[in-house]
Amino acid sequence: MIKFDNVKKTFRRTEVLKGMNLDIQKGDRIALVGSNGAGKTTMIRCLLGEYTCEGQVLVNGHDPREERELILKDIGFVPQLPPPLKMPVGQLIQFSASLCDADPQEMISVLERLGLNYDELKSRPFVKLSGGQKQKILISIALGREAKILILDEPAANLDPEARHIFFQLLAEKKDEAVMLISSHRLDEVAALVNRVIEMDQGIVVLDDCVEDSVDLDSVLKSEIKIKRADEAFAKAIKAWRFESQDGILWQGVVAGPDRLRFLGVLSRYAAILQDIHMEEQKQ
Amino acid sequence: MKHLWLTAWADIIESLRAKWFIVYTSVFGGIVVLLFVFGITESRIMGFTGLTRLLITYIQLTIAILPVFVLITTVRSVAGDREAGVFEYLLSLPISLAAWFWGRFLGRFVVVFLPVFLAMIGAVIWASIKGAEIPWGLFLSYTGLLLAVAWCFLGIGMLISSMARSSDVAQGLAFMVWLTFLLFLDLILLGIMIREGLPSDTAVILSLLNPLQVFRTAAMVLFDPQLVILGPSAYIILDYFSETGYIIWSIFYPVSLGTLSAYAGYYLFKKGDLP
Repeated sequence: MIKFDNVKKTFRRTEVLKGMNLDIQKGDRIALVGSNGAGKTTMIRCLLGEYTCEGQVLVNGHDPREERELILKDIGFVPQLPPPLKMPVGQLIQFSASLCDADPQEMISVLERLGLNYDELKSRPFVKLSGGQKQKILISIALGREAKILILDEPAANLDPEARHIFFQLLAEKKDEAVMLISSHRLDEVAALVNRVIEMDQGIVVLDDCVEDSVDLDSVLKSEIKIKRADEAFAKAIKAWRFESQDGILWQGVVAGPDRLRFLGVLSRYAAILQDIHMEEQKQ
Repeated sequence: MKHLWLTAWADIIESLRAKWFIVYTSVFGGIVVLLFVFGITESRIMGFTGLTRLLITYIQLTIAILPVFVLITTVRSVAGDREAGVFEYLLSLPISLAAWFWGRFLGRFVVVFLPVFLAMIGAVIWASIKGAEIPWGLFLSYTGLLLAVAWCFLGIGMLISSMARSSDVAQGLAFMVWLTFLLFLDLILLGIMIREGLPSDTAVILSLLNPLQVFRTAAMVLFDPQLVILGPSAYIILDYFSETGYIIWSIFYPVSLGTLSAYAGYYLFKKGDLP
């Protein structure tokens, strides 16, 4: 479906992609990981036809640079940093939907599933929104249309746990019909979402491995956490995950299945006061 | 075509919310208001008074302000958008590069031309309320000149934006271009003529290729058809062109220069990295 054949990209004298080879097949959900400067963003921009490069990038046998409209119609993209667009949210959605021949109502319904109120936001300039709100709108535009390839650059970085859970559900709905390429600095952020990991370093693929993908994207873990004594910092951290407690000792809530590693990472910071952890998977 | 108009409209909406547009509109609107407040319509120069006097002064001030404003705001916002990631995101949507580039060009043209034009319309409305005579011929000619100059410097601005990778470099280049045109109005031209014994025909050709000079001379032709204030060089201009011919040149040449520059900008944009 997507093929990188000996792709090289040089900026002045710096070679950022050094003959990259990669085949991506239908059904692949890929975590694209690597440190800063590894070449992830450059690779994504070559795939979007935004950069010229040596070698060949093909999407379904077509060059995304030469046949932009044909290829990009099938690609939903969420950038790491939201663009500082001054246009109102309503116009951004109408503009994107018109260009993609999509139904703006689909985008709006995704946006509302992510917890935003369209009527409140539609006349507000995009640039004035919070980081999380911007991220949700860009996700709505990418997922609210018939995209066969989803390119997501740190997509859940600014989302709260509730929105992350809904985002995972949205991805689960798309997982059989779309290829996903999820870029992240950290594997643990995206590990549960993917079935393949590609690590880049110094402009080449250094690791291409399959991942056990038994985690349901739309599952939840009913959880109970007991701590030794009430702790203000712990309470603040666990409330961000929408956990509740009567006495500050026993906390109850749900964690999205793909978020389990991230949640356990938060708990690990309070290992000294943890007394009991119980997590039970439930299919929604 | 649908994508071109969508992009043009999106660019207009983006610009209307930008700070530079507020400053830009305030400057041109403010000039007209100030000219009325200071009673310029009541004064008389070379026999001109009323709205004609105001329009002559307005066009002289516009020569000084409009080109540099159009150049700097265009390169700042276009190159700035590229740096800030606007290109990366919007060009990931399925739009052709031609529709994107020319849509932005048209949208930006509306945004830079309308405030200047609306300021003139405002002056006409105010003058009619006051019962002054409206010089429609002059008004239309000045509108054509302003349109040509805005188009010309917008085209040059788009070319610079495509060449420069950062907004700082783009601003520096834009300023240099404007300064070169400005210095060639008189200073460098006179210096070369005196030091190198430049033939007068060459000096005139250089002047005819400088869009700022073309605009300035055309503005003069409209209120001084014999170009008395230009001195002997007026003979060469009028012999070559005639009055009407020069007005046509003053619109045709800047529009062509702007279009060619914009096309060169589009070629560079299409061939290079987009964000």
